[in-house]
Amino acid sequence: MGCGVTKTSEFNRKFDKAMKAAVLIQRWYRQYAARMEVRRRYTWNIFQSMEYADLQDQIKLYNFLGYLMDNFTPSKNEVCRDAEWERYFSYNNITVPDIYSGPRLTFPLDMDQAAHLVEAFKNKQLHSRYVLQLLLETWKLLRVLPNINRVSTCHSKEITICGDLHGQLEDLLLIFYKNGMPSLEKPYVFNGDYVDRGKDSIEILLILFAFLLVFPGDVYLNRGNHEDHIINLRYGFTKEVLNKYKLHGKRILKLLQKIFSWLPLVTVIDQRVLIVHGGISDTTDLALIARVDRHRVSRTNGKSHRILSSALSSDSEPESSEFTDTGNDEWKQILDLLWSDPMSHDGCIPNEVRGGGCYWGPDVTEGFLNRHNLQLIIRSHECKQDGYEFCHNRKVLTLFSASNYYEVGSNRGAFVRLGPDLVPYFVQYQATSMTRGLSFPQNVKRTEHTALKVLREQLFVHKSDLLSAFQEIDKENTGLICLNDWASAIERVLHLDLPWRVLHPQLVSSTTDGKLDYHGWFRDLHIEQTMLETLYRHRSTLETIFRIVDTDNSGLITFEDFRQTLKLLSAYLKMEISDEVINELVISTDTNNDGSIDIDEFMEAFRLVDKSRLERGKSLEYT
Amino acid sequence: EVTETSKKSIVTFSEIHHFLLSDTIITETQKRISNAFDVFDHESNKTVDVREIGTIIRSLGCFPSEADLHDIIAELEEEEPTGFVRYEKFLPTMTKILLERKFRPITEDLLLQAFEVLDQQKKGHLEPEELTKYLTQEGEPFTQEEMDEMLSAAVDPDKNVILYKDFVSMMTFDDTR
Repeated sequence: MGCGVTKTSEFNRKFDKAMKAAVLIQRWYRQYAARMEVRRRYTWNIFQSMEYADLQDQIKLYNFLGYLMDNFTPSKNEVCRDAEWERYFSYNNITVPDIYSGPRLTFPLDMDQAAHLVEAFKNKQLHSRYVLQLLLETWKLLRVLPNINRVSTCHSKEITICGDLHGQLEDLLLIFYKNGMPSLEKPYVFNGDYVDRGKDSIEILLILFAFLLVFPGDVYLNRGNHEDHIINLRYGFTKEVLNKYKLHGKRILKLLQKIFSWLPLVTVIDQRVLIVHGGISDTTDLALIARVDRHRVSRTNGKSHRILSSALSSDSEPESSEFTDTGNDEWKQILDLLWSDPMSHDGCIPNEVRGGGCYWGPDVTEGFLNRHNLQLIIRSHECKQDGYEFCHNRKVLTLFSASNYYEVGSNRGAFVRLGPDLVPYFVQYQATSMTRGLSFPQNVKRTEHTALKVLREQLFVHKSDLLSAFQEIDKENTGLICLNDWASAIERVLHLDLPWRVLHPQLVSSTTDGKLDYHGWFRDLHIEQTMLETLYRHRSTLETIFRIVDTDNSGLITFEDFRQTLKLLSAYLKMEISDEVINELVISTDTNNDGSIDIDEFMEAFRLVDKSRLERGKSLEYT
Repeated sequence: EVTETSKKSIVTFSEIHHFLLSDTIITETQKRISNAFDVFDHESNKTVDVREIGTIIRSLGCFPSEADLHDIIAELEEEEPTGFVRYEKFLPTMTKILLERKFRPITEDLLLQAFEVLDQQKKGHLEPEELTKYLTQEGEPFTQEEMDEMLSAAVDPDKNVILYKDFVSMMTFDDTR
């Protein structure tokens, strides 16, 4: 008796046998762990490619949504002076009822009130009166801050830096628990992306702003790419605020729009370490960044918006020379700071995936650090499995503070401390009680399960395109297709860079003679009957559009608004739709005949439009 | 009745069949290798970090020891080690490994036998300390991280021992889908 894989040894000593048994168990376990690692890795790939693919579609719509915003928000006759805005945001006429049990703030805020807020947010919501008051004070403060925060580690202060939080309050609480709350002795830098995706974005903002007001010399906030009201429409922050603050949500959002535009762009520590949300490009110039009017620079100065607006206005006047190339440059500089990602090759190329910023290489880092006499770039913007990751010869550090970002168990979060020696000290964490009970393989399986569910939905959503692709290959209409063809068809249709052949055992339950019955396969994808294919693909976009058009947040839009929307959409998509057709569409959309259009009727209308376009052989692709 | 001629034609036919089959097998094998490689090719430039090689080989169903991996990696590295392995080098090496069926799987009963050997008092279970001692000190020792991971899946939370019979059947069942 012995382990069959090695030669039977002459020595039959227990020790020798035990050693062989140990080797066998080690060899086996390492193989098992490797297979778990691969599953974890492609699960990660799934989430990442879905995230970027989604974002890409959205960026294409960015300009259109912006234009729609300008047409439908009350700021059409916009007041120009800040004093007038302060009147609009006035909270004085908002009364707080006696039964309100949340924090009652008095200004100026102090440390105890800030700490009390943190505690209260575990189960309470701050009244809109105090929200507006706090935001107004924040806005006043931000307006006097420079574009570049300058921080020093003198007096032996260690500075704590946090990355993306994305509305995950539990992570912020965990950071404060492990590291202490911000104070004179404990300065913090927060590197953007406080909102969207997670469910407590407004609470995180209120906490950070409260500490900013109490310790303005020790709390530094950078702007992230999600501190943008159009991104918020799509990624959940707008929805969160409107749900939590039904009466004053719009006012709060408008004020936040201003606050976001006034957030500083970067932070520099000891003139040696740069902290910025996205990154840099080969043209990034801090001297230029220091000079821009950051709250004025926005997409409205950008070229593409200008073209769209003149195409759509019937009595178009030549654009004023306000929109010069300088406007374009400044916008690009800011986009680069907030959207760029590092890459491993030298060079600097536009970031097509994100639709803004660029990919920058180690040579660009080298050049930038030398020009500005810096030694390290700390950035966020990308989720990392261990919460942080170095690249570019340890000259660039990515820091991400939202743990379990894709799913429970998907990644750890991290924050970093820098003392006068500027050597980073990392603390990692994972904020959920659920992961603690799970073993490593259970963790992997759980995350994998979610990723695959999301992936199956995507496959189902593209059913008609996939079916056409399959039928193109299966010319004899046997209903069968081999796995190679299955994989290549999916690659062509979905444009998701995933290892489909490695994934296929998870997505395909059975094959006969190596061939897949693709009709049966669609049936087996187990999607609920109510989720209609064409709708789902565009659902989030349509929701966003509806929310923009619904200016009073009543859940209803007028016929006239709907007509306007269709006209704008058709102009943007370069579709020819006559007024007659539009009128017919509008009337037929109001299926319950109550004289206005609610979100369900709105969605239904687009399904009809989509289908007829499909019948004409076109697809609803936004250009 | 099998004549000489018919024997020859049978042989020829089966040789052709074998040749055709193995050609398909080679292509299928290479596709598998390519896909496994791609999972770790983060920059999409047909290179992977040398430290991932072990994981890739194991994900393709092989059970090499650490010593085996050490030899393979030495073969795959460049003249001047860059820390990366190129696909052009990896493919032929891995194809050979798969076609020759080196590093064959460890079956459930072999694994069970190994645990039984370690259970010298024939208790039917192992103490976590016992197993830890063997696996972190003998053979090709586990790191603390590897040991902790294995224990988290292996130790029965109520009795605080490793019921290895159940553990082995649970782990090997997981693989089949």
